[in-house]
Amino acid sequence: MNANRTLATAARVLRQLRHDPRSIALMLLVPCLMLFLLRYVFDGSPGTFDNIGASLLGIFPLITMFLVTSIATLRERTSGTLERLLAMPLGKADLIAGYALAFGLVAVLQSVLATGLAVWLLGLDVIGSPWLLLLVALLDALLGTALGLFVSAFAASEFQAVQFMPAVIFPQILLCGLFTPRDRMAPALEAISNVLPMSYAVDGMNEVLRHPDMTTAFVRDALVVAGCAVLVLGLGAATLRRRTA
Amino acid sequence: MMNYAAAGDSADTADSGDPAQSTAAIIAQSLTTVRGDRQVLKALDFTVPTGQVTGLLGPSGCGKTTLMRAIVGTQAKVTGTLQVLGRPAGDPALRSRIGYVTQAPSVYDDLTVRQNLDYFAAVLLPGRAHRHDRRTAVDRAIEDVDLADHADALAGRLSGGQRSRVSLAVALLGTPELLVLDEPTVGLDPVLRRDLWNLFHRIAADRGTTLLISSHVMDEAERCHRLLLMREGEILAEDTPDDLRRRNDTATVEEAFLHLVDAANERAARAAVEEQEHRP
Repeated sequence: MNANRTLATAARVLRQLRHDPRSIALMLLVPCLMLFLLRYVFDGSPGTFDNIGASLLGIFPLITMFLVTSIATLRERTSGTLERLLAMPLGKADLIAGYALAFGLVAVLQSVLATGLAVWLLGLDVIGSPWLLLLVALLDALLGTALGLFVSAFAASEFQAVQFMPAVIFPQILLCGLFTPRDRMAPALEAISNVLPMSYAVDGMNEVLRHPDMTTAFVRDALVVAGCAVLVLGLGAATLRRRTA
Repeated sequence: MMNYAAAGDSADTADSGDPAQSTAAIIAQSLTTVRGDRQVLKALDFTVPTGQVTGLLGPSGCGKTTLMRAIVGTQAKVTGTLQVLGRPAGDPALRSRIGYVTQAPSVYDDLTVRQNLDYFAAVLLPGRAHRHDRRTAVDRAIEDVDLADHADALAGRLSGGQRSRVSLAVALLGTPELLVLDEPTVGLDPVLRRDLWNLFHRIAADRGTTLLISSHVMDEAERCHRLLLMREGEILAEDTPDDLRRRNDTATVEEAFLHLVDAANERAARAAVEEQEHRP
């Protein structure tokens, strides 16, 4: 692994993105718009907005980064640039870290906007530090990047890649505790939700929402999400083959 | 009349007075590749001499791309011996010494020509210390493929021929010792094709680069120092264009190739008949 090659890759990914201002606008503004909508959908019950809003701050970056990364790396695979890069002195880790770094930066920007809007303008009532919200959002974004990278190996076209979104993300949204607390689900579903990383992202957000300090539960949740991201990034690296049939 | 069976007729190679054997950039021995249960390359033996332009010619689907991918080390399931620049093909140390251009241009459509080259240059020569070298290499590559006027245009906005030249420019960065070009002139107009072939020869002469260029257009064969003629995963002939024409008593390489193909087909048919006769 070479830091300069990683940075060059991240800069290249960001440069590609800069030529596509519409995508940037969608990535940054859509989550804000959703939060805004939610705030006034639950106008009469601010408590519900607190709960769902905090959870969504964890879910948005995951979804956005999943979509963006799966399409971007799929393009890299189908355009032949991946084969070219792997025939060059570029480490697989350089490529993956480059992508994670570039989209991680976008995710930070997105999370700052969304968290700032929710906490200061929409009156999301967070007892803990907004910085911790941001930390979880960033870890979620990394997880989304990792998942996107991984599934792009199994998609033959952009059409298929988009279909992976409902397949990989929706079950996690249903089971993560957004709609109903996880301990009130059917025991089998609760067991499944216990092994899905998004559950920990949402739990972590809720810890920040309710506790003034960093709790052990929060630390555990953050570590689980980070661990999953690293694990899936490793799996993603394994799908990059220098030699193909 | 003399017909080559498979390649590796070393006596002939020696006759032509070619230094191919002594200073070979690529040496293949019983090189075989399988895809599914089909043999794409069937026990090839050949050499590619250093510092020359070698043409890899044959009809579409005869295994040219597979052979090139084996040489640059991106092809899976390769058996036999394949030495490239003195190392086994696919060796990590070769990655910065070989430039490879795939048939379809592999560049980022949403980056400008210069941004594309800047990135690939940073992969080849990373670090702040090489900033000046990178800039020189990028400028030279853009000049080489004659795209200075389009350096700041998005690759996706360029014409097909221009995009394939961007792809070629990427391979020229870092002055590789071996350039492997898969049909670099396909779909280009005659003027551009001539210019590119002049560039290939200039690169071989000035930079001592070895070039392996595939094509299915036989008139391009005349522009090569040496030729590898392929058909159905086998090498029909390995020779200079002059010797190929003389040996087969033909006016063009194309006729020589057709002659060799007919002879190979005849041999195959005869072998099939003999096999039938020997069956009880």
